[in-house]
Amino acid sequence: MEQTTTLPLPPKKKIPRKKVIRNCVIAAFLVAMYAWTFSSIGVNWGQIVSERTLNNMGRVIPQLFSPEWAVAPDALRLMGETLAMAYTGTLMAALLAVPFGFFAAKNMVDSRIVNTAAKWALDGIRAFPEIMLALIFVAAIGPSAFAGVLAIAVGSIGMLGKLYSEVIESIDMHVVESLEANGANKAQILFYGIIPQVIPEFLSYAIYRYEIDVRSSTILGLIGAGGIGMMIQISTMNRNWDEVGMALLIIIFVVTVIDYVSSAIRKRIV
Amino acid sequence: MTKTTANPGQESFDPSNPPGLRTQQAKWKLTFVFAAVVLVYMFTSWQTNSSLIDLWFGMPDVWRMVGELFPPNWGYATETWGRLSETIQMAIIATTVAGILCIPISLMASSNIAPNKWVYNITKQIMNILRTIPDLLLAVIFVGIFGIGAFSGIIALIIFSLGILAKLLAETIEAIDKNPLEAIRASGGNTLQVIVYGVIPQILPQYTSFTLYVFEINVRASLVLGFVGAGGIGQLLQRSISFFQYGRAMIIIIIIFVAVVIIEYISGKIREEIL
Repeated sequence: MEQTTTLPLPPKKKIPRKKVIRNCVIAAFLVAMYAWTFSSIGVNWGQIVSERTLNNMGRVIPQLFSPEWAVAPDALRLMGETLAMAYTGTLMAALLAVPFGFFAAKNMVDSRIVNTAAKWALDGIRAFPEIMLALIFVAAIGPSAFAGVLAIAVGSIGMLGKLYSEVIESIDMHVVESLEANGANKAQILFYGIIPQVIPEFLSYAIYRYEIDVRSSTILGLIGAGGIGMMIQISTMNRNWDEVGMALLIIIFVVTVIDYVSSAIRKRIV
Repeated sequence: MTKTTANPGQESFDPSNPPGLRTQQAKWKLTFVFAAVVLVYMFTSWQTNSSLIDLWFGMPDVWRMVGELFPPNWGYATETWGRLSETIQMAIIATTVAGILCIPISLMASSNIAPNKWVYNITKQIMNILRTIPDLLLAVIFVGIFGIGAFSGIIALIIFSLGILAKLLAETIEAIDKNPLEAIRASGGNTLQVIVYGVIPQILPQYTSFTLYVFEINVRASLVLGFVGAGGIGQLLQRSISFFQYGRAMIIIIIIFVAVVIIEYISGKIREEIL
């Protein structure tokens, strides 16, 4: 007896033709992209799959995981310099970003040209990677922590200015209006109406940016801009991977601590 | 309790000397925090030699440098295409590999799917540690292992973006609607079926959006990986700056700028469309 219980299949959803075409275009684009990528990427497999790579692996990886404790004091000192660089740079940026934030906020400056110009300036700054700025500053004023500070200060203005302008645009304008109605002048409106509303968020964003800047300033030294990156660069040149391991350990530890402390502070402020 | 004791300041209101909005204690606290911030600033700017005076004396050098960057050497632009496409190819490969690898990892790092607490905690902690290592540092290490070239950069980008992607995706998975999963389990679905029919349809839009976001990050990162010899256009920029060919450096800076803006614009548009 042949009795297959054939349950009726659910009706198939009809896919609109437009969607089919769109999906085909996307698929074709992806295929083309990957074909282009894998056909023309210059990877020298002979160099990668070789005896030398195996030797390197055998040397580098064990050394990375057995940090050289003798260089710990040096590494800590340089990490301190890194933190100082990030602090100085972030504070400069936090102050310099305020005027940008005000110019970019629609409810503060009633001129579309100024708003757009400020927004474009901020977007422009954000498009440059910090380490590229550092490379330029190192070329201009020589390898020093100061070059790193400048790179962080300039690079952070972009993000902070944008976030500041968003904060300013979201303030309660009733306060400003009532101050105006009571005859307050511009300075009074600024100090009693606007600043008290924006200060907590400004601070919170500046602290958040400090977190990011600590991370990025650890690597600025790789191109000569001071901090713990300098030590990593020198150690890698001398192939002392155990020293790199120590530096890495300190970076992981300090960055984790800073993230934790900063998010604790930010929770209390806002 | 009378109103007087509750608000002693209200009793003798003197219009010429109104009470402040903040209490004396809060004022002291603010002053203390402000003083601490300024003191730390003075200390750090002394330590890094970057006081306002140094800024004043350093500025002429910076302006001279900026002056030398112009005019850009437009003829050099055609020679950079190879490296620029290598940069973007590195980002494409790294994002693809990280996008595939992050699925099992993020499932293990989300509390509602992970088989047990140990797997969840260990995966999560490893990802947390991975995210604290800057991308360029990973590149330095892999250049040490695999030698100079795009491959080292790709591996560095994969590991770096895996940390970000796994975290974002795990957070999304933890926030999904549990009812479909329970329904599948109740009708006898195994873990794989729960994931395929319950989890994936719910996270697919976010997954695509996060992957594009990580692609953006990877493009930006791969532009500078060349500074440490890990392939891409950064290598050319560093070379032209160290050979004082500032006209060439400027054209590379312009190209990097345009590339970042275009890729961010496209990926932003797509992400708007998806979510």
